[in-house]
Amino acid sequence: MLSRLFNFNGGVKPAYNKEQSTGLPIAVPPAPTFLIIPLHQSIGGQPRPIVQTGDKVLKGQRIGEADGNVSSAVHASTSGTVIAVEMRRMPHSSGLSALCVVIEPDGRDEWIARQAFDYRSASPNAIRDYLRDMGVVGLGGAVFPSHLKINPGKRGKLDTLVINGAECEPFITCDDLLMRERPETIVRGIAIMRDMLSAGRVLIGVEDNKPIAIAAMQAAVQQLNETTIKVVAVPTRYPAGGAKQLIRVLTGIEVPHGQRSTDYGVQCFNVGTAYAIYEAIALGQPLISRIVTVAGNVRTARNYEVLFGTPMRDLVALCGPGADTDRLIMGGPMMGVGMPGDEVPIVKATNCVLVGSPTLFPPPPPEMPCIRCGECAKACPTDLQPFEMYWFSRAKIFGKAQEYHLFDCIECGCCAFVCPSRIPLVDYYRFAKSEIWAREKDKEAADQARQRHEFRQQREEREKAEKAAKLAAKTAAGREKAAAALADAAKPATTPEDEAKKAMIAAAMEKAKAQKAEAKNTENLTPEQQAEITAIEARRAEIREQAKPHLPHDD
Amino acid sequence: MLEAILVMALGAVILGAALGYASVKFKVEGDPLVEKIDAILPQTQCGQCNYPGCKPYAEAIAKGEAEINQCPPGGEEGIRKLADLLGREVKSLSAEHGLEKPKSVALINEQTCIGCTLCIQACPVDAIIGAAKQMHVIVASQCTGCELCLPPCPVDCIAMVPIAETVESWKWKYPVFPLHTEKKAA
Repeated sequence: MLSRLFNFNGGVKPAYNKEQSTGLPIAVPPAPTFLIIPLHQSIGGQPRPIVQTGDKVLKGQRIGEADGNVSSAVHASTSGTVIAVEMRRMPHSSGLSALCVVIEPDGRDEWIARQAFDYRSASPNAIRDYLRDMGVVGLGGAVFPSHLKINPGKRGKLDTLVINGAECEPFITCDDLLMRERPETIVRGIAIMRDMLSAGRVLIGVEDNKPIAIAAMQAAVQQLNETTIKVVAVPTRYPAGGAKQLIRVLTGIEVPHGQRSTDYGVQCFNVGTAYAIYEAIALGQPLISRIVTVAGNVRTARNYEVLFGTPMRDLVALCGPGADTDRLIMGGPMMGVGMPGDEVPIVKATNCVLVGSPTLFPPPPPEMPCIRCGECAKACPTDLQPFEMYWFSRAKIFGKAQEYHLFDCIECGCCAFVCPSRIPLVDYYRFAKSEIWAREKDKEAADQARQRHEFRQQREEREKAEKAAKLAAKTAAGREKAAAALADAAKPATTPEDEAKKAMIAAAMEKAKAQKAEAKNTENLTPEQQAEITAIEARRAEIREQAKPHLPHDD
Repeated sequence: MLEAILVMALGAVILGAALGYASVKFKVEGDPLVEKIDAILPQTQCGQCNYPGCKPYAEAIAKGEAEINQCPPGGEEGIRKLADLLGREVKSLSAEHGLEKPKSVALINEQTCIGCTLCIQACPVDAIIGAAKQMHVIVASQCTGCELCLPPCPVDCIAMVPIAETVESWKWKYPVFPLHTEKKAA
């Protein structure tokens, strides 16, 4: 049965350059000399390290514990010794460092005890906790923790589970090769996800420039007799692999601004994530490796199954980088980010290491003024107005840029690709986005400070008032007594109550007088006591005499 | 003639009643301008503006008693925002109130702290934890960097530490391009 395909607006057709890395099967690189495993490899909180320098770890042993629910655990990629838990440079365009666990492999590659997880009898929360602790995150590039997406949303069930095998970015072929070589595992993983999300049907979207992968996936679906899973070839056009774009092409649903696709009964996962979920659930293996494409300025471009923490330098060296290599890019030429150095590790987000050279990626030509041609708006796959966002981002009028839905921009780079003035539009959007985020953070901090300051002031006021009240109560009580006494003295007792009171007071005074009279303990003494007192007095006099300052005699 | 006057008078009465009702029903408590100014101020409560906190400074600005360039933590950007809001001229930061510094947090040197509680009393946002003769500690996430705890400390054990940039707090830079100058053979 042929289902109707839909379309998204915009998009571009860059040179795909995929052939160079599809010729060879996925290879496993030799064991690296050491692994640098960053703790923060997913969206959300940074996991806490749970190993120390000197600890022996096994392959798949958890080394970073998820910090809260929006976080994902990190595991040792191979067995060995932890030689450091320290700050290392991250594969991030900032070039800044973050906490990493450095492991020296022992070469034995010894696994921890692995056990399949019975997801059918586990509660949804237990499944989510399990996936979080297995470190499964979205491998399409956004590294969003998958356990948060294994959630059918408000409706309780999903109509359509979309599996993203489109892989639209030039040069990258890791999903293509995974689908060609391991389609059965992917389909099994998809079936698990479908069950967990109780999805009605599954659509696997693959761009039609990957016929071998499509055929392999279809064969696997048939072989496993999965009737609800369907492989759909989608037209090749960048960025058909964007989650919202693929959902739109496959289902015709356009997820509105500020809403989730689950509100419309659709959820989207990458094929690599499906593979990782199968490994985690059925084999009990945490996410410790992924397929990475090495392409660009290399002799043999190829896909490798790389352990996380492998330095990029080691991986690139296998492919024979050109002599004029001047940079490494993580990701593709459209959305990739430049790496600060070649010693940074491969992480969960690394789908491709693109080796650049001045001839392959010439330095960007100088930016020209915007001529308002509107080409960028035609190319935008999210139906935004890139020129408006550009003007406001450039002028740092961030509120206005946000009004033009800056945060719906997926940074696909189509607008910059078509811009005749060669304006690096995405750089402006990234700048504006990070400025807005920083401001929001500052605002939150300021609001908190205001609240705390106001509370402190309130507390000080209250304490002052309490103190004053106490003082007033004390003095008022005294004054009242005095006033009462005065009044009593002024007017002769008239009521029997006053009489009684007076009598009581008189009695009390009498008693006090008697006590006073009695209290002197120097009266009515026995002769022994008298003698003792005299002795003490004599001693005192003696001490007083001794304590007298000795006056100097010579004056 | 009379009818017309009556109609107009009736209209006036009805509208007057409606306005009167609205002024009671929709009465705005406090000065909304002060709130708006206060929202722009950085809430460090440092008193560098010579007012005992951000709110009093906001009130003074609203009354026209204070200039908009007396807040060093807010910096040039804060001044620009205030100028936008109030329709005043943008001025550079007044030097007598201090200089714009990178954001920092206070850190107590635990070796020298004697537990005198003086800094606790000085902190405007209750970000210091401690008790008499116990070591004090600053909750970094709540410290506004106002430096008010520095002067009362009898042993000078508090230092201001600039907040380091991390991968999470890193910001994309404004796109700039190096000018490519053609090198000519000598």
